[in-house]
Amino acid sequence: MACIEARGLRKAFKTTIALDGVNLRVEEGRIMGLIGPNGAGKTTALNAILGLTQYQGELRVLGRDPWAERDQLMRDVCFIADVAVLPRWIKVSQLLDYVTGVHPRFDRAKAEGFLAKTTIGRASRVRELSKGMVTQLHLALVMAIDAKLLVLDEPTLGLDILYRKQFYDSLLNDYFDRNRTIVVATHQVEEIQHVLTDLMFIDRGRIVFECSMEELESRYLEVMVRPEQLAAARALKPMHDRQGIGGSVLLFDGADRQRLAAFGDVRTPSISDLFVAVIGNPAGQAQGAAR
Amino acid sequence: MNTQANAMPESARESQAAAPAAIPANRLFYWSLRRELWESRYIYIAPLAAAGLFLVGFLIGTIHLPGKMRAALALSPEQQYELIQQPYQFAELLLMGTFLIVAGIYCLDALYGERRDRSILFWKSLPVSDLTTVLAKASIPVVILPLLTFAITVATQWIMALLSTVVLLGSGMSAVTLWNHLPLFQMWLGLFDHLVAFHGFWYAPIYCWLLLVSAWARRAPFLWATLPLLAIGIVEKIAFNSSHFAALLQYRFAGGPETAEFEAGHASMDSLIHLHPGQILISPGLWIGFVVAAGFLAAAVRLRRYRDPI
Repeated sequence: MACIEARGLRKAFKTTIALDGVNLRVEEGRIMGLIGPNGAGKTTALNAILGLTQYQGELRVLGRDPWAERDQLMRDVCFIADVAVLPRWIKVSQLLDYVTGVHPRFDRAKAEGFLAKTTIGRASRVRELSKGMVTQLHLALVMAIDAKLLVLDEPTLGLDILYRKQFYDSLLNDYFDRNRTIVVATHQVEEIQHVLTDLMFIDRGRIVFECSMEELESRYLEVMVRPEQLAAARALKPMHDRQGIGGSVLLFDGADRQRLAAFGDVRTPSISDLFVAVIGNPAGQAQGAAR
Repeated sequence: MNTQANAMPESARESQAAAPAAIPANRLFYWSLRRELWESRYIYIAPLAAAGLFLVGFLIGTIHLPGKMRAALALSPEQQYELIQQPYQFAELLLMGTFLIVAGIYCLDALYGERRDRSILFWKSLPVSDLTTVLAKASIPVVILPLLTFAITVATQWIMALLSTVVLLGSGMSAVTLWNHLPLFQMWLGLFDHLVAFHGFWYAPIYCWLLLVSAWARRAPFLWATLPLLAIGIVEKIAFNSSHFAALLQYRFAGGPETAEFEAGHASMDSLIHLHPGQILISPGLWIGFVVAAGFLAAAVRLRRYRDPI
């Protein structure tokens, strides 16, 4: 069974169409990155998956309809949103008490263990913690829940580099295993490049690109071409062409590595370069997508 | 819950065996209630502070108590009752007033505040239904506040009586007159009935209306809760020159069966809380009110589900 399966998912607000027939399938045990420009529909898609918003079309999450069965679904799904959503008035100890009280799969000892590695005091209120600490706290709660699906919406927004690195390290080392699935939507693609197993680009309410990271490495190649060979390289029909510091950087889909090596250093493109190539180019609106 | 467990794949069932599949509804409700009391600490701090302040005032006032008791002996028995019970009734009124203010503030913020600070996204990420949450919030003014106000009032009056006794004995007087004119137990029975049946149950549609507005409004829930009612009253007056809506509101606020006696001439606090216990429970107005309240609550549950954070 797929962890998340959506067919023809649509959601329209008064003036905009946030989701325009999204089809997606996330298998169990994957870490899927949902990447898209601002307003592409990332958050709306995640909200639909979490049962926070109504939608048209078919959507099953862990075999349930999220809108109709949100409270049951939340026994198996965890969620960290872009901005800290932990209530500011609550004390850390109260938060632990409450989640222990209402969540059947919460392991309090585990959460206490994660918190022991931080400087977060039990008696502090959330409003007294720094933004990084609030995220640590939320992560400690979520990692102590034996859930099947974890949804992250810009979880590291506004955190400094240390916290960001720590966040994904903890997730990979202390949380993720084959039985869990993680969906993460973010702009900060560089730091999750090595975390993801799958990649999905969303633009204007549609899934415009999807592939696994293995596929990314085998299919897409980027080469820095010296000016004198540019014409020959362009003849191979790169999907994207941009100016680097020492020459043009060409991005190829399914080209032969040996042939490309003749032009210069061949490497796997970064997610952000691929993103610009896929979303920026054909629509001719690289500016909007480059962010 | 078992059917759902069976529908899950093998890998899921392992982890399910380790932890119970669901938390019983009463436990979810209990923790939802705890959350409300953590979040809105004024629910108990405000009446405690009011009672404490009152007791300080009362303690200072006991300087005059021996003189007052001496003067009281010269009065008629009815005047004696009035004189002695006056501060106790004042304490009741003060705490009831605090109750109503706290209930109003609480209800208007209950479903609005969590959307404003976006913490609703956190609450909704836990396996607690909107129904459980809204019912827990509604039970604060309908059940918790009446019981809490009762307990605090009883404690306050008890301390008042004890303080008075100590002061009287200290000045070499007998406390018998005081206790003879202070049927505390009887007063408390009446108070309990009044708080639970009237301030809790009879007012339930008012609280639920406020909860509904707090689930709906994007801003200024207080204005949305009051101005439309005022508008309806005014429009009715202008268009039909009648005031049924205003009368309806007045009936609800002043209390149907209670006002009947209230207006019949026993216009003292004492008579108001010494109605036959449970009288209000058999009035149709109460049950109509419950139906209306249930409708408001159902709408609030639905709105909590649909509304995005502000």
